[in-house]
Amino acid sequence: MLRTDKYLERVTMSAIPSRHKSLALLGAMLLIQVLLLAVQIKRDSRGRLIRVWAVSGASPFERGASWGFGRVRGVWNHYFALQNTSRENEALRIENDALKLTISQLQSRASEADRLAALLNFRQAHKDVPMLGARVIAGSAGTASRTIEIDRGERDGIRRNMPVITPDGAVGKVIEAFRDAAQVLLLTDKDGGAGAMLVQSRIQSPVGGTGEPTLVMKYVAGDDNVAVGEQVVTSGMDKIFPRDVPVGTVIEVKAGTPFKQIRVRPAAKFDRLEEVIVLLTQQPLEFKKVAEAQGAQTGAQGPQPATQNSAAGKPAVTEKP
Amino acid sequence: MNDTFELRSGETHIEVHKFFPGAIVAVTVAALVLQASFPVYFPRLEILDLPMLVTIYFGLSRRNPSTGLLLGTVIGLSQDALSGPTVPLGFYGIAKTIVGYLASSIGARLDTEHPAARFALIMGFFVLHQATLALTRRLLLAGEPEAWLNAHLAIAAAVNAFLGTLLFLVFDRLRRSS
Repeated sequence: MLRTDKYLERVTMSAIPSRHKSLALLGAMLLIQVLLLAVQIKRDSRGRLIRVWAVSGASPFERGASWGFGRVRGVWNHYFALQNTSRENEALRIENDALKLTISQLQSRASEADRLAALLNFRQAHKDVPMLGARVIAGSAGTASRTIEIDRGERDGIRRNMPVITPDGAVGKVIEAFRDAAQVLLLTDKDGGAGAMLVQSRIQSPVGGTGEPTLVMKYVAGDDNVAVGEQVVTSGMDKIFPRDVPVGTVIEVKAGTPFKQIRVRPAAKFDRLEEVIVLLTQQPLEFKKVAEAQGAQTGAQGPQPATQNSAAGKPAVTEKP
Repeated sequence: MNDTFELRSGETHIEVHKFFPGAIVAVTVAALVLQASFPVYFPRLEILDLPMLVTIYFGLSRRNPSTGLLLGTVIGLSQDALSGPTVPLGFYGIAKTIVGYLASSIGARLDTEHPAARFALIMGFFVLHQATLALTRRLLLAGEPEAWLNAHLAIAAAVNAFLGTLLFLVFDRLRRSS
Protein backbone atom coordinates (compact mmCIF):
# COMPACT_ATOMS: atom_id res chain seq x y z
CA MET A 1 0.00 0.00 0.00
CA LEU A 2 2.79 2.34 0.89
CA ARG A 3 4.56 1.43 -2.32
CA THR A 4 1.46 2.21 -4.34
CA ASP A 5 1.09 5.61 -2.71
CA LYS A 6 4.68 6.54 -3.52
CA TYR A 7 4.20 5.42 -7.09
CA LEU A 8 1.06 7.52 -7.45
CA GLU A 9 2.77 10.53 -5.99
CA ARG A 10 5.69 10.19 -8.42
CA VAL A 11 3.40 9.70 -11.40
CA THR A 12 1.26 12.63 -10.38
CA MET A 13 4.25 14.91 -10.09
CA SER A 14 5.48 13.92 -13.48
CA ALA A 15 2.00 14.20 -14.99
CA ILE A 16 1.40 17.72 -13.72
CA PRO A 17 4.39 19.87 -14.60
CA SER A 18 4.99 23.22 -13.01
CA ARG A 19 2.84 26.19 -13.96
CA HIS A 20 5.79 28.09 -15.34
CA LYS A 21 6.84 25.21 -17.49
CA SER A 22 3.44 24.90 -19.10
CA LEU A 23 3.22 28.67 -19.58
CA ALA A 24 6.61 28.66 -21.28
CA LEU A 25 5.47 25.82 -23.48
CA LEU A 26 2.29 27.74 -24.34
CA GLY A 27 4.32 30.79 -25.26
CA ALA A 28 6.68 28.74 -27.36
CA MET A 29 3.90 27.00 -29.25
CA LEU A 30 2.09 30.27 -29.91
CA LEU A 31 5.28 31.93 -31.04
CA ILE A 32 6.08 29.08 -33.39
CA GLN A 33 2.65 29.27 -34.94
CA VAL A 34 2.74 33.04 -35.25
CA LEU A 35 6.07 32.73 -37.02
CA LEU A 36 4.60 29.99 -39.14
CA LEU A 37 1.81 32.36 -40.12
CA ALA A 38 4.28 35.10 -40.85
CA VAL A 39 6.31 32.90 -43.12
CA GLN A 40 3.23 31.97 -45.13
CA ILE A 41 1.47 35.29 -45.41
CA LYS A 42 2.55 37.63 -48.17
CA ARG A 43 1.47 41.24 -47.89
CA ASP A 44 0.71 43.17 -51.08
CA SER A 45 3.97 44.38 -52.62
CA ARG A 46 5.72 44.26 -49.24
CA GLY A 47 6.94 40.69 -49.29
CA ARG A 48 6.28 38.04 -46.73
CA LEU A 49 4.95 39.06 -43.34
CA ILE A 50 8.02 37.71 -41.61
CA ARG A 51 10.14 40.08 -43.67
CA VAL A 52 7.81 42.98 -42.93
CA TRP A 53 8.07 42.24 -39.24
CA ALA A 54 11.80 41.76 -39.37
CA VAL A 55 12.39 45.00 -41.22
CA SER A 56 9.87 46.94 -39.12
CA GLY A 57 11.44 45.63 -35.94
CA ALA A 58 15.01 46.19 -36.99
CA SER A 59 14.71 49.51 -38.76
CA PRO A 60 14.39 51.70 -35.63
CA PHE A 61 17.58 50.18 -34.25
CA GLU A 62 19.28 50.50 -37.62
CA ARG A 63 18.25 54.14 -37.80
CA GLY A 64 19.51 54.71 -34.29
CA ALA A 65 22.79 52.97 -35.02
CA SER A 66 23.20 54.90 -38.24
CA TRP A 67 22.53 58.18 -36.43
CA GLY A 68 24.97 57.27 -33.69
CA PHE A 69 27.70 56.17 -36.05
CA GLY A 70 27.14 59.28 -38.13
CA ARG A 71 27.51 61.52 -35.12
CA VAL A 72 30.63 59.76 -33.93
CA ARG A 73 32.15 59.84 -37.39
CA GLY A 74 31.21 63.50 -37.77
CA VAL A 75 32.80 64.42 -34.47
CA TRP A 76 35.91 62.45 -35.34
CA ASN A 77 36.21 63.84 -38.85
CA HIS A 78 35.48 67.45 -37.95
CA TYR A 79 37.35 67.76 -34.68
CA PHE A 80 40.05 65.13 -34.43
CA ALA A 81 41.07 63.99 -37.90
CA LEU A 82 42.05 67.38 -39.32
CA GLN A 83 45.81 66.94 -39.64
CA ASN A 84 45.61 66.42 -43.42
CA THR A 85 42.87 68.92 -44.09
CA SER A 86 45.14 71.79 -45.05
CA ARG A 87 47.12 69.58 -47.41
CA GLU A 88 43.95 68.19 -48.93
CA ASN A 89 42.55 71.69 -49.26
CA GLU A 90 45.61 72.80 -51.18
CA ALA A 91 45.47 69.74 -53.42
CA LEU A 92 41.78 70.32 -54.06
CA ARG A 93 42.40 73.95 -54.90
CA ILE A 94 45.03 72.96 -57.44
CA GLU A 95 42.76 70.32 -58.86
CA ASN A 96 39.93 72.85 -59.03
CA ASP A 97 42.08 75.26 -60.99
CA ALA A 98 43.11 72.50 -63.37
CA LEU A 99 39.50 71.48 -63.84
CA LYS A 100 38.47 75.05 -64.54
CA LEU A 101 41.14 75.27 -67.19
CA THR A 102 40.01 71.98 -68.69
CA ILE A 103 36.42 73.15 -68.74
CA SER A 104 37.43 76.35 -70.46
CA GLN A 105 39.38 74.40 -73.06
CA LEU A 106 36.51 72.02 -73.61
CA GLN A 107 34.07 74.89 -73.99
CA SER A 108 36.38 76.49 -76.51
CA ARG A 109 36.66 73.26 -78.44
CA ALA A 110 32.93 72.78 -78.37
CA SER A 111 32.46 76.28 -79.71
CA GLU A 112 35.05 75.62 -82.39
CA ALA A 113 33.32 72.39 -83.30
CA ASP A 114 30.05 74.26 -83.72
CA ARG A 115 31.66 76.82 -85.99
CA LEU A 116 33.40 74.17 -88.03
CA ALA A 117 30.15 72.28 -88.31
CA ALA A 118 28.49 75.43 -89.67
CA LEU A 119 31.29 75.85 -92.19
CA LEU A 120 31.03 72.23 -93.18
CA ASN A 121 27.30 72.51 -93.66
CA PHE A 122 27.80 75.60 -95.78
CA ARG A 123 30.49 73.85 -97.78
CA GLN A 124 28.30 70.80 -98.37
CA ALA A 125 25.38 72.97 -99.40
CA HIS A 126 27.51 74.59 -102.12
CA LYS A 127 29.51 71.70 -103.43
CA ASP A 128 29.53 73.14 -106.94
CA VAL A 129 31.03 76.46 -105.82
CA PRO A 130 34.85 76.52 -105.53
CA MET A 131 35.69 77.72 -102.05
CA LEU A 132 38.34 77.27 -99.44
CA GLY A 133 38.07 77.20 -95.67
CA ALA A 134 40.61 79.18 -93.72
CA ARG A 135 41.42 79.77 -90.11
CA VAL A 136 41.95 83.29 -88.80
CA ILE A 137 45.42 83.35 -87.32
CA ALA A 138 45.83 87.03 -86.53
CA GLY A 139 44.02 90.31 -86.39
CA SER A 140 44.94 93.90 -86.95
CA ALA A 141 48.17 95.04 -85.38
CA GLY A 142 46.60 98.39 -84.55
CA THR A 143 43.27 100.11 -84.29
CA ALA A 144 43.76 102.12 -87.43
CA SER A 145 42.78 99.28 -89.69
CA ARG A 146 40.45 96.34 -89.53
CA THR A 147 42.11 93.39 -91.14
CA ILE A 148 42.65 89.75 -90.36
CA GLU A 149 45.23 87.23 -91.40
CA ILE A 150 44.24 83.75 -92.53
CA ASP A 151 46.26 80.56 -92.76
CA ARG A 152 45.77 80.09 -96.48
CA GLY A 153 47.98 81.67 -99.14
CA GLU A 154 49.02 81.55 -102.74
CA ARG A 155 50.00 77.92 -102.43
CA ASP A 156 46.33 77.18 -101.74
CA GLY A 157 45.14 79.24 -104.68
CA ILE A 158 44.43 82.44 -102.78
CA ARG A 159 44.78 85.59 -104.88
CA ARG A 160 44.21 89.29 -104.31
CA ASN A 161 40.61 90.58 -104.29
CA MET A 162 39.09 87.21 -103.63
CA PRO A 163 35.92 87.56 -101.53
CA VAL A 164 35.90 86.27 -97.98
CA ILE A 165 32.66 85.27 -96.30
CA THR A 166 31.23 83.24 -93.46
CA PRO A 167 27.99 81.28 -93.53
CA ASP A 168 26.41 84.42 -92.04
CA GLY A 169 27.46 86.83 -94.75
CA ALA A 170 30.21 88.89 -96.39
CA VAL A 171 33.40 89.54 -94.44
CA GLY A 172 35.79 91.30 -96.75
CA LYS A 173 38.31 90.72 -99.50
CA VAL A 174 41.87 89.47 -99.76
CA ILE A 175 44.24 92.40 -100.04
CA GLU A 176 47.53 90.53 -99.82
CA ALA A 177 48.29 86.91 -100.59
CA PHE A 178 51.50 85.43 -99.29
CA ARG A 179 52.87 81.93 -99.74
CA ASP A 180 51.05 80.36 -96.78
CA ALA A 181 48.95 83.23 -95.48
CA ALA A 182 46.81 86.08 -96.65
CA GLN A 183 45.51 89.36 -95.31
CA VAL A 184 41.84 90.18 -95.52
CA LEU A 185 40.44 93.69 -95.44
CA LEU A 186 37.20 93.63 -93.51
CA LEU A 187 34.07 95.44 -94.66
CA THR A 188 34.15 97.44 -91.45
CA ASP A 189 37.51 98.99 -92.29
CA LYS A 190 37.43 102.60 -93.46
CA ASP A 191 38.74 101.45 -96.79
CA GLY A 192 36.62 98.32 -96.89
CA GLY A 193 33.37 97.94 -98.75
CA ALA A 194 31.35 96.05 -101.27
CA GLY A 195 28.80 96.69 -103.96
CA ALA A 196 25.41 96.19 -102.33
CA MET A 197 21.69 96.59 -102.81
CA LEU A 198 18.56 96.66 -100.71
CA VAL A 199 16.60 93.46 -101.11
CA GLN A 200 13.12 94.99 -101.14
CA SER A 201 13.61 98.17 -103.12
CA ARG A 202 16.51 96.82 -105.24
CA ILE A 203 18.31 100.14 -104.70
CA GLN A 204 21.99 99.67 -105.35
CA SER A 205 24.65 101.47 -103.41
CA PRO A 206 28.05 100.51 -102.06
CA VAL A 207 28.42 99.82 -98.35
CA GLY A 208 31.58 100.59 -96.54
CA GLY A 209 33.15 100.65 -93.16
CA THR A 210 33.74 103.54 -90.86
CA GLY A 211 36.14 101.90 -88.48
CA GLU A 212 33.20 101.11 -86.24
CA PRO A 213 31.33 97.84 -85.84
CA THR A 214 28.57 99.01 -88.20
CA LEU A 215 28.57 99.71 -91.93
CA VAL A 216 27.16 102.63 -93.84
CA MET A 217 25.27 102.66 -97.10
CA LYS A 218 26.55 105.75 -98.79
CA TYR A 219 24.70 106.74 -101.90
CA VAL A 220 20.98 106.26 -101.49
CA ALA A 221 19.04 109.24 -102.76
CA GLY A 222 17.14 111.27 -100.23
CA ASP A 223 13.77 110.61 -101.85
CA ASP A 224 14.13 106.84 -101.91
CA ASN A 225 12.14 104.88 -99.35
CA VAL A 226 14.29 102.72 -97.09
CA ALA A 227 12.87 100.88 -94.12
CA VAL A 228 14.63 99.83 -90.98
CA GLY A 229 15.05 96.08 -90.95
CA GLU A 230 15.49 95.80 -94.68
CA GLN A 231 18.10 93.31 -95.76
CA VAL A 232 21.21 94.36 -97.66
CA VAL A 233 22.97 91.94 -100.00
CA THR A 234 25.87 92.19 -102.38
CA SER A 235 24.99 93.39 -105.85
CA GLY A 236 27.89 91.80 -107.71
CA MET A 237 28.70 95.12 -109.35
CA ASP A 238 32.10 95.36 -107.62
CA LYS A 239 33.33 92.31 -109.55
CA ILE A 240 34.56 90.87 -106.27
CA PHE A 241 31.60 89.44 -104.39
CA PRO A 242 29.02 87.34 -106.17
CA ARG A 243 25.43 88.57 -106.04
CA ASP A 244 23.15 88.12 -103.09
CA VAL A 245 25.65 87.45 -100.33
CA PRO A 246 24.11 88.88 -97.14
CA VAL A 247 25.81 92.08 -96.04
CA GLY A 248 23.62 93.15 -93.17
CA THR A 249 20.41 94.71 -91.96
CA VAL A 250 19.40 98.36 -92.02
CA ILE A 251 19.25 99.56 -88.45
CA GLU A 252 19.02 103.32 -88.89
CA VAL A 253 17.89 105.63 -91.66
CA LYS A 254 18.46 109.36 -91.52
CA ALA A 255 17.13 111.71 -94.13
CA GLY A 256 19.74 113.68 -95.95
CA THR A 257 20.46 115.73 -99.03
CA PRO A 258 21.33 114.53 -101.49
CA PHE A 259 21.81 111.11 -99.82
CA LYS A 260 20.27 109.40 -96.87
CA GLN A 261 22.51 108.30 -94.04
CA ILE A 262 21.89 104.58 -93.61
CA ARG A 263 23.57 102.44 -90.99
CA VAL A 264 23.76 98.72 -91.53
CA ARG A 265 24.47 96.05 -88.95
CA PRO A 266 26.78 93.48 -90.56
CA ALA A 267 25.45 89.98 -91.10
CA ALA A 268 28.84 88.41 -90.35
CA LYS A 269 29.98 88.37 -86.76
CA PHE A 270 33.12 90.46 -87.03
CA ASP A 271 33.86 90.18 -83.33
CA ARG A 272 33.96 86.38 -83.51
CA LEU A 273 35.79 85.63 -86.71
CA GLU A 274 37.79 82.47 -86.26
CA GLU A 275 37.08 80.54 -89.44
CA VAL A 276 36.18 82.02 -92.81
CA ILE A 277 35.55 80.90 -96.35
CA VAL A 278 37.44 82.26 -99.32
CA LEU A 279 35.36 82.09 -102.50
CA LEU A 280 37.40 81.18 -105.52
CA THR A 281 34.73 82.35 -107.90
CA GLN A 282 32.06 84.98 -108.41
CA GLN A 283 29.41 82.38 -109.04
CA PRO A 284 26.19 83.26 -107.17
CA LEU A 285 25.56 81.28 -103.97
CA GLU A 286 22.46 79.92 -102.34
CA PHE A 287 22.38 83.04 -100.21
CA LYS A 288 20.18 84.32 -103.00
CA LYS A 289 17.22 82.20 -102.01
CA VAL A 290 17.47 83.26 -98.40
CA ALA A 291 17.75 86.88 -99.36
CA GLU A 292 14.80 86.68 -101.73
CA ALA A 293 12.67 84.98 -99.12
CA GLN A 294 13.50 87.69 -96.63
CA GLY A 295 12.80 90.35 -99.26
CA ALA A 296 9.42 88.84 -100.11
CA GLN A 297 8.53 88.73 -96.46
CA THR A 298 9.57 92.32 -95.93
CA GLY A 299 7.66 93.41 -99.04
CA ALA A 300 4.49 91.70 -97.95
CA GLN A 301 4.59 93.34 -94.55
CA GLY A 302 5.71 96.73 -95.78
CA PRO A 303 8.17 99.02 -94.04
CA GLN A 304 8.14 98.63 -90.31
CA PRO A 305 7.14 101.65 -88.28
CA ALA A 306 9.75 103.16 -86.06
CA THR A 307 7.74 102.61 -82.89
CA GLN A 308 7.41 98.97 -83.63
CA ASN A 309 11.14 98.69 -84.06
CA SER A 310 11.73 100.54 -80.85
CA ALA A 311 9.39 98.23 -79.08
CA ALA A 312 11.26 95.27 -80.47
CA GLY A 313 14.47 96.58 -79.02
CA LYS A 314 15.92 97.64 -82.36
CA PRO A 315 17.47 101.06 -83.01
CA ALA A 316 14.80 103.57 -83.85
CA VAL A 317 14.49 105.34 -87.21
CA THR A 318 15.80 108.80 -86.88
CA GLU A 319 14.86 110.16 -90.25
CA LYS A 320 15.48 113.85 -90.12
CA PRO A 321 14.14 116.30 -92.69
CA MET B 1 -2.35 -0.18 -11.91
CA ASN B 2 -5.04 2.38 -11.38
CA ASP B 3 -6.45 4.20 -14.39
CA THR B 4 -7.54 7.17 -12.33
CA PHE B 5 -5.29 9.39 -10.24
CA GLU B 6 -6.28 11.78 -7.52
CA LEU B 7 -4.84 15.24 -7.43
CA ARG B 8 -4.47 16.34 -3.86
CA SER B 9 -4.72 20.06 -3.74
CA GLY B 10 -5.84 21.07 -0.34
CA GLU B 11 -9.19 19.62 0.45
CA THR B 12 -10.34 18.97 -3.12
CA HIS B 13 -9.87 15.68 -4.96
CA ILE B 14 -9.82 15.91 -8.77
CA GLU B 15 -9.38 12.89 -10.97
CA VAL B 16 -7.04 12.69 -13.94
CA HIS B 17 -8.59 10.34 -16.43
CA LYS B 18 -6.84 7.99 -18.75
CA PHE B 19 -8.30 6.60 -21.92
CA PHE B 20 -8.10 3.43 -23.87
CA PRO B 21 -5.05 3.22 -26.13
CA GLY B 22 -5.59 5.04 -29.37
CA ALA B 23 -8.84 6.58 -28.18
CA ILE B 24 -7.56 10.13 -28.33
CA VAL B 25 -6.06 9.65 -31.76
CA ALA B 26 -9.13 7.94 -33.12
CA VAL B 27 -11.52 10.56 -31.77
CA THR B 28 -9.32 13.36 -33.05
CA VAL B 29 -9.07 11.90 -36.55
CA ALA B 30 -12.78 11.23 -36.63
CA ALA B 31 -13.52 14.79 -35.57
CA LEU B 32 -11.24 16.24 -38.25
CA VAL B 33 -12.66 14.02 -40.97
CA LEU B 34 -16.24 14.81 -40.00
CA GLN B 35 -15.44 18.51 -39.78
CA ALA B 36 -14.01 18.38 -43.27
CA SER B 37 -17.07 16.52 -44.53
CA PHE B 38 -19.73 18.76 -43.05
CA PRO B 39 -19.45 21.59 -45.59
CA VAL B 40 -19.92 19.09 -48.40
CA TYR B 41 -22.84 17.02 -47.15
CA PHE B 42 -24.41 19.09 -44.39
CA PRO B 43 -23.80 22.78 -45.00
CA ARG B 44 -25.97 23.71 -42.02
CA LEU B 45 -23.62 21.88 -39.67
CA GLU B 46 -20.82 24.22 -40.58
CA ILE B 47 -21.38 26.05 -37.33
CA LEU B 48 -20.14 23.00 -35.44
CA ASP B 49 -16.48 22.84 -34.50
CA LEU B 50 -15.83 19.23 -33.63
CA PRO B 51 -12.03 19.60 -33.36
CA MET B 52 -12.57 22.32 -30.79
CA LEU B 53 -14.96 20.12 -28.80
CA VAL B 54 -12.39 17.31 -28.82
CA THR B 55 -9.71 19.73 -27.69
CA ILE B 56 -11.86 20.96 -24.83
CA TYR B 57 -12.89 17.50 -23.74
CA PHE B 58 -9.44 15.99 -23.59
CA GLY B 59 -8.05 19.14 -22.06
CA LEU B 60 -10.60 19.05 -19.29
CA SER B 61 -10.13 15.34 -18.76
CA ARG B 62 -6.34 15.08 -18.88
CA ARG B 63 -5.92 18.22 -16.73
CA ASN B 64 -2.37 18.67 -17.86
CA PRO B 65 -1.77 22.12 -19.43
CA SER B 66 1.21 20.96 -21.44
CA THR B 67 -0.61 17.98 -22.83
CA GLY B 68 -3.70 20.07 -23.44
CA LEU B 69 -1.95 22.79 -25.37
CA LEU B 70 0.08 20.32 -27.40
CA LEU B 71 -3.07 18.41 -28.28
CA GLY B 72 -4.73 21.69 -29.22
CA THR B 73 -1.74 22.60 -31.37
CA VAL B 74 -1.80 19.30 -33.21
CA ILE B 75 -5.56 19.39 -33.75
CA GLY B 76 -5.48 23.03 -34.85
CA LEU B 77 -2.63 22.57 -37.27
CA SER B 78 -4.31 19.49 -38.67
CA GLN B 79 -7.49 21.50 -39.18
CA ASP B 80 -5.44 24.18 -40.90
CA ALA B 81 -3.86 21.60 -43.15
CA LEU B 82 -7.26 20.16 -44.07
CA SER B 83 -8.80 23.58 -44.68
CA GLY B 84 -7.11 24.19 -47.98
CA PRO B 85 -4.43 26.59 -49.16
CA THR B 86 -6.42 29.69 -48.28
CA VAL B 87 -6.06 28.98 -44.55
CA PRO B 88 -2.48 29.45 -43.41
CA LEU B 89 -0.98 26.95 -41.03
CA GLY B 90 -1.37 28.30 -37.53
CA PHE B 91 -4.71 30.03 -37.98
CA TYR B 92 -6.73 27.43 -36.13
CA GLY B 93 -3.58 26.19 -34.43
CA ILE B 94 -3.14 29.30 -32.32
CA ALA B 95 -6.77 29.36 -31.24
CA LYS B 96 -6.88 25.70 -30.30
CA THR B 97 -3.54 25.87 -28.51
CA ILE B 98 -4.98 28.54 -26.25
CA VAL B 99 -8.22 26.64 -25.78
CA GLY B 100 -6.36 23.43 -24.99
CA TYR B 101 -4.15 25.16 -22.47
CA LEU B 102 -7.00 26.94 -20.72
CA ALA B 103 -9.23 23.87 -20.74
CA SER B 104 -6.61 21.70 -19.12
CA SER B 105 -5.72 24.47 -16.68
CA ILE B 106 -9.33 24.88 -15.63
CA GLY B 107 -9.82 21.12 -15.56
CA ALA B 108 -6.94 20.83 -13.09
CA ARG B 109 -8.69 23.18 -10.69
CA LEU B 110 -12.41 22.60 -11.10
CA ASP B 111 -14.64 19.62 -11.34
CA THR B 112 -15.94 19.72 -14.89
CA GLU B 113 -17.88 16.47 -14.92
CA HIS B 114 -21.28 18.01 -14.50
CA PRO B 115 -23.17 18.59 -17.77
CA ALA B 116 -24.13 22.14 -16.81
CA ALA B 117 -20.53 23.04 -16.12
CA ARG B 118 -19.50 21.49 -19.37
CA PHE B 119 -22.19 23.39 -21.28
CA ALA B 120 -21.04 26.70 -19.83
CA LEU B 121 -17.39 25.93 -20.40
CA ILE B 122 -17.94 24.93 -23.99
CA MET B 123 -19.85 28.12 -24.66
CA GLY B 124 -17.10 30.20 -23.11
CA PHE B 125 -14.35 28.39 -24.97
CA PHE B 126 -16.23 28.68 -28.25
CA VAL B 127 -16.49 32.45 -27.88
CA LEU B 128 -12.82 32.63 -26.91
CA HIS B 129 -11.94 30.46 -29.89
CA GLN B 130 -13.84 32.67 -32.30
CA ALA B 131 -12.38 35.81 -30.73
CA THR B 132 -8.89 34.43 -31.18
CA LEU B 133 -9.65 33.64 -34.81
CA ALA B 134 -10.96 37.16 -35.40
CA LEU B 135 -7.94 38.67 -33.67
CA THR B 136 -5.54 36.54 -35.68
CA ARG B 137 -7.30 37.43 -38.92
CA ARG B 138 -7.22 41.13 -38.07
CA LEU B 139 -3.73 41.48 -36.64
CA LEU B 140 -1.66 38.83 -38.33
CA LEU B 141 -3.42 38.37 -41.63
CA ALA B 142 -4.27 42.05 -42.18
CA GLY B 143 -7.92 41.19 -42.68
CA GLU B 144 -10.75 43.68 -42.74
CA PRO B 145 -12.45 44.41 -39.41
CA GLU B 146 -15.46 42.17 -38.92
CA ALA B 147 -18.32 42.08 -36.46
CA TRP B 148 -17.83 38.65 -34.94
CA LEU B 149 -19.68 39.25 -31.66
CA ASN B 150 -23.24 38.83 -32.88
CA ALA B 151 -26.31 36.66 -32.66
CA HIS B 152 -24.85 34.10 -35.00
CA LEU B 153 -21.97 33.60 -32.60
CA ALA B 154 -24.36 33.14 -29.70
CA ILE B 155 -26.40 30.58 -31.61
CA ALA B 156 -23.29 28.72 -32.76
CA ALA B 157 -21.91 28.73 -29.23
CA ALA B 158 -25.17 27.34 -27.87
CA VAL B 159 -25.40 24.64 -30.53
CA ASN B 160 -21.78 23.61 -30.00
CA ALA B 161 -22.27 23.58 -26.23
CA PHE B 162 -25.38 21.46 -26.52
CA LEU B 163 -23.78 18.98 -28.92
CA GLY B 164 -20.53 19.02 -26.94
CA THR B 165 -22.32 18.21 -23.71
CA LEU B 166 -23.89 15.17 -25.36
CA LEU B 167 -20.64 14.14 -27.04
CA PHE B 168 -18.72 14.42 -23.79
CA LEU B 169 -21.06 11.84 -22.29
CA VAL B 170 -20.17 9.52 -25.14
CA PHE B 171 -16.46 10.29 -24.78
CA ASP B 172 -16.69 9.47 -21.08
CA ARG B 173 -17.23 5.88 -22.10
CA LEU B 174 -13.77 5.83 -23.62
CA ARG B 175 -12.20 6.31 -20.22
CA ARG B 176 -10.64 3.43 -18.50
CA SER B 177 -12.65 2.43 -15.53
CA SER B 178 -11.05 3.18 -12.17
